[in-house]
Amino acid sequence: MGSREKLPPTVTLAVTRYRPEEESEPTLQTYEAPYRKDWVVLDALNYIKDKVDGSLSFRWSCRMGVCGSCGMMVNGEPKLTCAAFLSDYLPGPIRVEPLQFFPIVRDLVVDMTDFLHKLKKVKPWVVREEERPLSEGEYRQTPEQLDIYKQFSMCINCMLCYAACPIYGLEPGFVGPAAIALAQRYNLDSRDIGAQERLDILSGKDGIWECTFVGECTKVCPKNVDPAGAIQQYKLTGAAHWFKSVLLPWGRK
Amino acid sequence: MSAEAHYTRYHPQWYRRRVSVWWWLQSWRYTKFVLRELTSVFVAFFAVITLWQLRALVDGPQAYTQFVRGLKSSPLVAVHGVAFLFVLFHSISWFHLAPKAMVMRLRGKRVPDWVIVGLNYFAWLIASGTIAWLLLRG
Ligand code: SF4
Ligand code: FES
Repeated sequence: MGSREKLPPTVTLAVTRYRPEEESEPTLQTYEAPYRKDWVVLDALNYIKDKVDGSLSFRWSCRMGVCGSCGMMVNGEPKLTCAAFLSDYLPGPIRVEPLQFFPIVRDLVVDMTDFLHKLKKVKPWVVREEERPLSEGEYRQTPEQLDIYKQFSMCINCMLCYAACPIYGLEPGFVGPAAIALAQRYNLDSRDIGAQERLDILSGKDGIWECTFVGECTKVCPKNVDPAGAIQQYKLTGAAHWFKSVLLPWGRK
Repeated sequence: MSAEAHYTRYHPQWYRRRVSVWWWLQSWRYTKFVLRELTSVFVAFFAVITLWQLRALVDGPQAYTQFVRGLKSSPLVAVHGVAFLFVLFHSISWFHLAPKAMVMRLRGKRVPDWVIVGLNYFAWLIASGTIAWLLLRG
């Protein structure tokens, strides 16, 4: 911990620029931003956009770790830039790049269509055969039933886990950590009956078996969702299901 | 979705970075993962040696003594040493990953990770103890 007087007055950020109408490849541009003890990388980016270079593009919204839109690579690691304090990266320069493995649209903005597409495929909603009429009241759950899936429901779709996953980089078809964790969130919900429908996607060619348990998704997740855990747990379920359907004639459904 | 987009005035031209063959050298954590995966080669190595040993055993005492003599050659001892280290790394890293895959619940509460890891070590100790006892007794 440096003493207060020794704090650097500014910090250097090396930021990825990509302007498709001007250049065919991303380049790095360095900016200076004032250093403040309570500033995060996103504050510095906003300072740059406001005071230095209005053409710099990046996504953000809540600046409090809730919306999941400010994910970028900070010094090579996927981070929510609204939660990455400048003080943790001193003396700098701090490298800020768009999330790895996603196509870059412009500067720090990546295209997330692929993720949204996959998310939809695993049906991340409560599947019911038939909705109960409103007059019958709400669907009740005990605290224990809630506890079983709660951790997986904390996901904010920030895609940091995809940027941490080398498998996703190598096999872009892989359904990926967050989508599987969210599928598991609904599979484990006592009100849901969609597990069978999700099984085809999850245990298919691009599903859980692509995962070799690198474990990085869990390490970078800002919400402690533990997608790696969700996938391994699902592997057990998937394997049990497979054994049942192959070995027991009456196990087929 | 793998449809390639082409740049028009209204459609952005994406830039895709190719993943290098050396991605696993990019950070120590990826390297550790690849090493962990490599350890399975050594686990297979031990399995093959054991099968081989069984075959020698079935072929009679002479074949077996020859096999054991073969094992004592110094290059093989060195290979075994290295393989042992890798297998140790393999077991320990998997023990610590076990609680991620196995969620056990006791009376509605999730069993803490260290208990599951501990159970793995315990089982290991018992298995090794039994084998050591079988080999060293008498
Ligand atoms: S699982 Fe975690 S890292 Fe992945 S998208 Fe959800 S919140 Fe982000
Ligand atoms: S700006 Fe919303 S999570 Fe960072």
